[in-house]
Amino acid sequence: MFTFTIRRLVLAVPTLLFISLVIFLLLELAPGDPMAQVPLTVPPEVKQKMREALGLGEPLPIRYWKWIVQFFWIEPQVLIDHYFGTSFSAGDLRVISWQTRSPVMDIVIQRIPQTLWVVGTAYVVATLIAIPIGIYSAYRQYSWFDQAGTFISMIGFSVPPFFSGVLVIVIFSVQLGWFPSIYDTTLVVDSWSSFVQQLKQMIMPVMVLALQITAQTSRFMRASMLDNLNQDYVRTARAKGLGEYTVVMVHVLRNSMIPVVTVIALGVPSIFGGAIITEQVFKVNGIGQLLIGALQANDLPMVQTLTFIFAALIVIFNLIADVLYGILDPRIRYD
Amino acid sequence: MTDREPLIPDEGLAPASGALPGAAGPLKEFTAPPRSQWLNVWDQFKHHKGAMAGGIIFLAIVVLVFLGPLVWTIDPTHIDIRARNQGLSLAHPFGTDQLGRDTLARMMAGGRTSVAVGIAAMLLALFLGSLVGVAAGYFRRLDDLLMRLTDLFLALPLLPLLLVMMLLFREPLSATFGPEQGIFILIVCAIGITSWMPTARIVRGDVLALKEREFILAARSIGTTNWMMIARHILPNVLSPIMVSATLGIANAIITESALSFLGLGFPPDFPTWGRLLFDATDYLQQYPERVFWPGMAISLTVLSVNYLGDGLRDALDPRIRGR
Repeated sequence: MFTFTIRRLVLAVPTLLFISLVIFLLLELAPGDPMAQVPLTVPPEVKQKMREALGLGEPLPIRYWKWIVQFFWIEPQVLIDHYFGTSFSAGDLRVISWQTRSPVMDIVIQRIPQTLWVVGTAYVVATLIAIPIGIYSAYRQYSWFDQAGTFISMIGFSVPPFFSGVLVIVIFSVQLGWFPSIYDTTLVVDSWSSFVQQLKQMIMPVMVLALQITAQTSRFMRASMLDNLNQDYVRTARAKGLGEYTVVMVHVLRNSMIPVVTVIALGVPSIFGGAIITEQVFKVNGIGQLLIGALQANDLPMVQTLTFIFAALIVIFNLIADVLYGILDPRIRYD
Repeated sequence: MTDREPLIPDEGLAPASGALPGAAGPLKEFTAPPRSQWLNVWDQFKHHKGAMAGGIIFLAIVVLVFLGPLVWTIDPTHIDIRARNQGLSLAHPFGTDQLGRDTLARMMAGGRTSVAVGIAAMLLALFLGSLVGVAAGYFRRLDDLLMRLTDLFLALPLLPLLLVMMLLFREPLSATFGPEQGIFILIVCAIGITSWMPTARIVRGDVLALKEREFILAARSIGTTNWMMIARHILPNVLSPIMVSATLGIANAIITESALSFLGLGFPPDFPTWGRLLFDATDYLQQYPERVFWPGMAISLTVLSVNYLGDGLRDALDPRIRGR
């Protein structure tokens, strides 16, 4: 198991490097110029100096190398400094945003909690709803419950979040006036009333995200349960006189959870991607909105960093899924 | 070539190649006229109510958006400022927008773009996916390389990358092909390049299984070239997973295009697509909430019908389920 994990970890490093290279090269083609906003009265040689101060004007491999160093060597040091009060990173150049002229990672760190709150809650809620639905749909296959579940998950697949989001705003915010349509990120939860307000503003984005996740997870759960319910060991368990509850909830469920757990792990990064749209609809200022804003403002270092963070999330959760599969299913561990 | 046990019947892995199963009884088997495989598929498909409904609705939408403008001849870009923000009426069945443009005409124009993008992007993704899948499955030397490539592509953050691609290539392509044509090419290519991976994986798996079968060995032994082998024996037999991916590909492409338009990085503002119409309508959410409804409903209905179509197709093309 240990060597299996190590091997996957080692494989992840070239993948990440390749992805960072792809992102870097793609952005190399960008037509944007950070000096476009600078007044025309500034002489060209000063402009050239400013360009060099931003790290432009050097050959491509050197800039790539510098970015890698900044991202993987200097930024972690800043993080350590922040937590332990040391000064490893003093004087080192960090990745600077063209928009705000402040370090990119500082802004990202400010934005991540909002995304994590909304996406994380949605994911937990959706998983908690999806698993019982999947179990019951499989146990009573082709019952009205199963048919309804299939239909609703089809809708969950098919209705894009930019429509379902707008739809719930129309219903709950415009017509009924129950929830605010805009997510207020300056809200500090320190009393019961502010907690209620926080809850109210989270309900709609969580609902929209959760609908999609529930649709996928419950389908997987159902298929996996169906695969296992017809296995010989289930017949054996029934034949030796185990109660129906034990058979389904212990024997079948445990075995069916193996692929579902990996699917849940694999779904996390795609949810971060999907949250880009949901954040845009509800005006949550998380990292998704940060990416859109950076794209519109041509802030390439920010775009580069955020895209790479999304890629890293995918690779990390792929790794987690692989290792989980190895832990849960001994047949997979080929060391 | 293979050292498999010849007595073990080859079951399970059969991608729709078998004829009618012999369950009909020996007598019937000889008297019944020979039936083609596609007739069997159609018979099975007809029994899937959701798939039939999905197919009919999808066809209706396609016919409506492509042939509708022949009947409903109002120009979608015609501005009639005195008739702005109207509700449902006989002159404008879906109402008009803030510039007095007819929503029905705009919906049909938008649908034409959305459906065209969906189909074109699906075809591109399918082509790339089948190419990679067949090459990886058939030529063992390419397998490792191509599958690593597929894994790498699967690890890319697709939506952020699509947004980046839209940002970067919008200007040069618009300059070369004109604003609408350029963005169309860009969106189709971007979606196609980022969505071929699932098809490639499925096709590769099926090709690997097919390659071990006797008819391939027989074809090889009479001297069939690789090229002919792929064209005559491999491709027709992996058609069913390709067709299923095709339906899912259309749904995926329509949603992606709408998402890009919704985020403001799709087609130019005056060029309607369903995603763009939805995006524009969200500005008037407080006053005219019904305006969001039409494009959103059109996207959802199209995707839902295509998904059901794919579901039915998957069942119909799977010979193990057929006849139930």
